[in-house]
Amino acid sequence: MRYPVQESGARFNRGTAKAMAIDKIENTAKNLVLTVQDYSLFAYRAFMNLFRPPIYWPEFMVQADIIGVGSLSIVVLSGLSTGGVLALQSAATLSAFGATAITGQFVSLTMIRELGPVLTGVMVSGRNASSMASELGSMVVTEQIDAMRALGVDPMRKLVTPRIASTIVMLLFLTIVADACGIAGGGLVTIFMNHQNGTQYLDMAWEHLRYPDIVQGLVKPLFFGYILSSIGCFYGMRTSGGTQGVGRSTIQAVVWASVLIIFVDFLLTQVLLTFFPL
Amino acid sequence: MNESGAPIQPGPETVNDGAPVVAFRNVSISFDGPLVLDDVSFSVAPGETRVLLGPAGVGKSVLLKLVNGLLRPDQGTISLLGHEISHMPEQQLFPLRTRVGMVFQEGALFDSLSVRDNVAYQLIQERVPDDEIDQRVRDALRFVELEETFDLFPASLSGGMRRRVAIARAFIRQPELLLYDSPTGGLDPLTSTTIIELIVKERDVLHTPSLLVTHRLQDAFLLCNHRFDQQTGHMVPLPKGQTDPGTTFLMLEEGRLIFDGTLHELVKSKNPFVREFLE
Repeated sequence: MRYPVQESGARFNRGTAKAMAIDKIENTAKNLVLTVQDYSLFAYRAFMNLFRPPIYWPEFMVQADIIGVGSLSIVVLSGLSTGGVLALQSAATLSAFGATAITGQFVSLTMIRELGPVLTGVMVSGRNASSMASELGSMVVTEQIDAMRALGVDPMRKLVTPRIASTIVMLLFLTIVADACGIAGGGLVTIFMNHQNGTQYLDMAWEHLRYPDIVQGLVKPLFFGYILSSIGCFYGMRTSGGTQGVGRSTIQAVVWASVLIIFVDFLLTQVLLTFFPL
Repeated sequence: MNESGAPIQPGPETVNDGAPVVAFRNVSISFDGPLVLDDVSFSVAPGETRVLLGPAGVGKSVLLKLVNGLLRPDQGTISLLGHEISHMPEQQLFPLRTRVGMVFQEGALFDSLSVRDNVAYQLIQERVPDDEIDQRVRDALRFVELEETFDLFPASLSGGMRRRVAIARAFIRQPELLLYDSPTGGLDPLTSTTIIELIVKERDVLHTPSLLVTHRLQDAFLLCNHRFDQQTGHMVPLPKGQTDPGTTFLMLEEGRLIFDGTLHELVKSKNPFVREFLE
């Protein structure tokens, strides 16, 4: 049995649903473009503020302690584990070619060139981009940011710039710690689990290391530190919608900081390889 | 309370020889939707206390944030302390804002700072010596009768105490204008009266022009019908039939300013919205 009225209703519903879907896609695209524009302006202002007075040194030191010292334990643990896993996995493959002797070279190069900076960046963004977004977001929804502006203080300089500057500096040192721990973790696995020569491991790890490898490994955290802190602060400062909005900002900050770190790592590697070819 | 740490003295009574401290001319603003404020014009004269009335959601807090440039109007012009601020860059607004004290709805105290550091926030930024800061903060806290909270953190204060600390923070630098955003909102009647008494005290002792936003009619009437007695240290009612001549009223209805006048004119108004609000 046919019901013409229902059919026209269904047609109408299909038409309405299509229009709504197009509207939603359009709004999402517009919001994305707007967010990219806002972030670009925010990131530019934050970067320029790094070189303009006033610089709030006490805030810089406090944030350096929170970000650097506070993240040390997770960086040490993740570095040790990653180095250990690399040694375990590589030994299995390399033994097929009778090349287990180069485990040290493999672990050190991988850690210093890639995994040290990326892992540290992702770990620190999970811990600190989220904390920046939630802390600043809470300040926005409780009007503390407006109060700061009303008291004649620029929140960009007082809150954002010290966080960005301290993250850039501390991520560099945390990456060095992660690299060292990764090589140490690989060494422990090589000696105690793979039962290979520890001296040979360290010799290989050291001898095949070139300055361009170290430069690559130390340039990346400067970019990653800037990305994770500016993303964390950006989402924190544009929080709206009360406590629910704070949660939303925190998720967005961690997700985008992690994704951008991995994406920028790809771009940076391409660029750095043109300057320092293998 | 001044640079030398002396007790609080009355602030400046005039700005630019009697020119309005704040002047709104045909101001409109919206946030991706209908107008929140629609063609609003009014002014605050030196020494004047203006009470902005209206139910929740009519744009009272938005108007207050427009006064010191925390928000920008879509149309119209706003003059603050003789400066046109509608298009003023944010960096130029910061020094101007230090001349204006603002009390936010929930106090907006900085959670991570002690009461001392909250009240002294501006002085710390200006690198005033610590001894002088301590003295001026104690004077300000004494004014709001909360001297014992000097070392406490905002989390350990009640709602009313937070508002009083916010008031102390707002006037520690003797501002040329005070903005109060629903200072009694969500408080019990007794605490609300304490806050209003502080505002009356501030009005009658320091004579700072102010703009107060509230939806509570009783607070507005209390402000208008009372004066601060410096000898007893308390607010006392004015003789029957008298009102404070410097305290006048504004009323908003859905973003439009529908009333601007004295208490007498307010109670005699025939505007149906005003009548409904009063009744």
